[in-house]
Amino acid sequence: MKAFVELRSVSKGFDSASGRVNVLEDVNLEVAEGEFVAIVGYSGSGKTTLMSLLAGLIEPDSGSVEVAGKPVLGPGPDRGVVFQNYSLLPWLTVFENIHLAVDQVFARETPAAKRARTERYVELVNLTAARDRKPSQLSGGMRQRVAVARALAMDPAVLLLDEPLGALDALTRGSLQTEIERIWQADRKTVVMITNDVDEAVLLADRIIPLSAGPRATLGPAISVAIERPRDRKALNHHPDFKHVRSRVIEYLLGSSAKRRESRGQAPLSVAPASVQPDALEEGT
Amino acid sequence: MSKIASARWSKALFLPLLGISFVVGAWALTSSTWAPALPSPLQTWQVSKPYILEPFEKRGELDQGILRFTWYSLIRVAKGYSLAILIGTPLGLLLGVSKWFTSSFDPIIQILRPVSPLAWLPLGLVIFQKPEPAGIFTIAMCSMWPTVLNTALGVRSIPQDYLNVARVLQLSRRKTLFRVLLPAALPYMFTGFRLSLGIAWLVIVAAEMLTGAPGVGGFLWQEYNALIYEHIILCIITIGVVGFALDRVMGLIERRFKTG
Repeated sequence: MKAFVELRSVSKGFDSASGRVNVLEDVNLEVAEGEFVAIVGYSGSGKTTLMSLLAGLIEPDSGSVEVAGKPVLGPGPDRGVVFQNYSLLPWLTVFENIHLAVDQVFARETPAAKRARTERYVELVNLTAARDRKPSQLSGGMRQRVAVARALAMDPAVLLLDEPLGALDALTRGSLQTEIERIWQADRKTVVMITNDVDEAVLLADRIIPLSAGPRATLGPAISVAIERPRDRKALNHHPDFKHVRSRVIEYLLGSSAKRRESRGQAPLSVAPASVQPDALEEGT
Repeated sequence: MSKIASARWSKALFLPLLGISFVVGAWALTSSTWAPALPSPLQTWQVSKPYILEPFEKRGELDQGILRFTWYSLIRVAKGYSLAILIGTPLGLLLGVSKWFTSSFDPIIQILRPVSPLAWLPLGLVIFQKPEPAGIFTIAMCSMWPTVLNTALGVRSIPQDYLNVARVLQLSRRKTLFRVLLPAALPYMFTGFRLSLGIAWLVIVAAEMLTGAPGVGGFLWQEYNALIYEHIILCIITIGVVGFALDRVMGLIERRFKTG
């Protein structure tokens, strides 16, 4: 397998009151072309830092980041990012937000071609009816779809999703998960998704890589999800692989959290692994 | 009339009128007791009547209807204020984007900011040798600062997310400025513009007083020297009403440009 996205022993720290703290330490990651990888971890474990490294918004202290065989030296449209809080420009309409990206990436196309291309992506995420609305007039799920459309419209080599559905209610989340899978099935882009929802990772990803609790977070062993696609959310709950993958991810995450607690002199949490969402735990740390 | 409607009426009309009558009452009382030189409200109305009822009449260089004077003042303010915006906005943008620029120029701005118009005007006269440009210079120097500081604040308060979008898309500097920085900072900038306009109008009296230019402020000072004190009050009321109206208009424009 030739890695399309590759992180080699990447570390990144930030200065804090008690000296420099490494958020990520010795992170190694290989993603094949066309693969959908989900990185699952606690909030505050450095997920967004990892995403910013891949996007090129920040540089690693040590180690290297490569995409398509070339080192990442800065942000660029070859890596489409869907930010955690959508990052739509509030003074532009749905159409204009997407067009801004198209206009930049396909600068050489004629204006008509650019408009047609934008229109296509508005349609892809089912927002044609809302194309002239501003983000403030859209629901959270609709804003998220605009952000996805904007990232896809750049026709990036890699799509980076930073907790794309984190701010949505459970029902909207479910329907958008289905939509993301549909879009991914259609053009099989390489995707790195960061999430704190194990179920979401199992539903969407080919491989799940847990990120241990921070600081000094690192990636754990990858867990393959060999469930056939398209995956049906309802059927998935009874799939033996689903339960297996899910409990392995959660066990790793709880284990890393317990180690953290012990090293801090706190008692390990005694909860049944499969019944606990990592997020709920994080509240107590 | 329902209870709610009458409550609204009393809030919108009755209570403000109550406040105004209170002040007019205090004024009448003052002029009839311990400050006999102060014209009474009635006297003020009678002496000012020709200036109000024929607001655009021109009887002589310094004897014109009150709205005509107001118009001269507004033109002067518009010139000084435009200059303030033209200089203040780019200055604010530079302060907002460049730490180097902020470190270099913020101290001097903080020192120049509290200087009174009465101090700038003589300097303007020295520089320009003529009263008209000196007045405009004074208005610009005094009213520029809210625009400068609010524009800088607006640029500094742009969420990192928007800048990340510009970076991921690799927008050019020009495009980043016009598509991201300016629209994001616009609400702050308009707050600055509104405050600047308020100050520009505040300064007009001082500028006209010292230069003797025809306008509300010049008229006020001349009538003081001519011992027609009723007109001083007429000018004060006019300046207040016009200032209030300008602020309201800017407030409406500001609301239109609010992005959210």
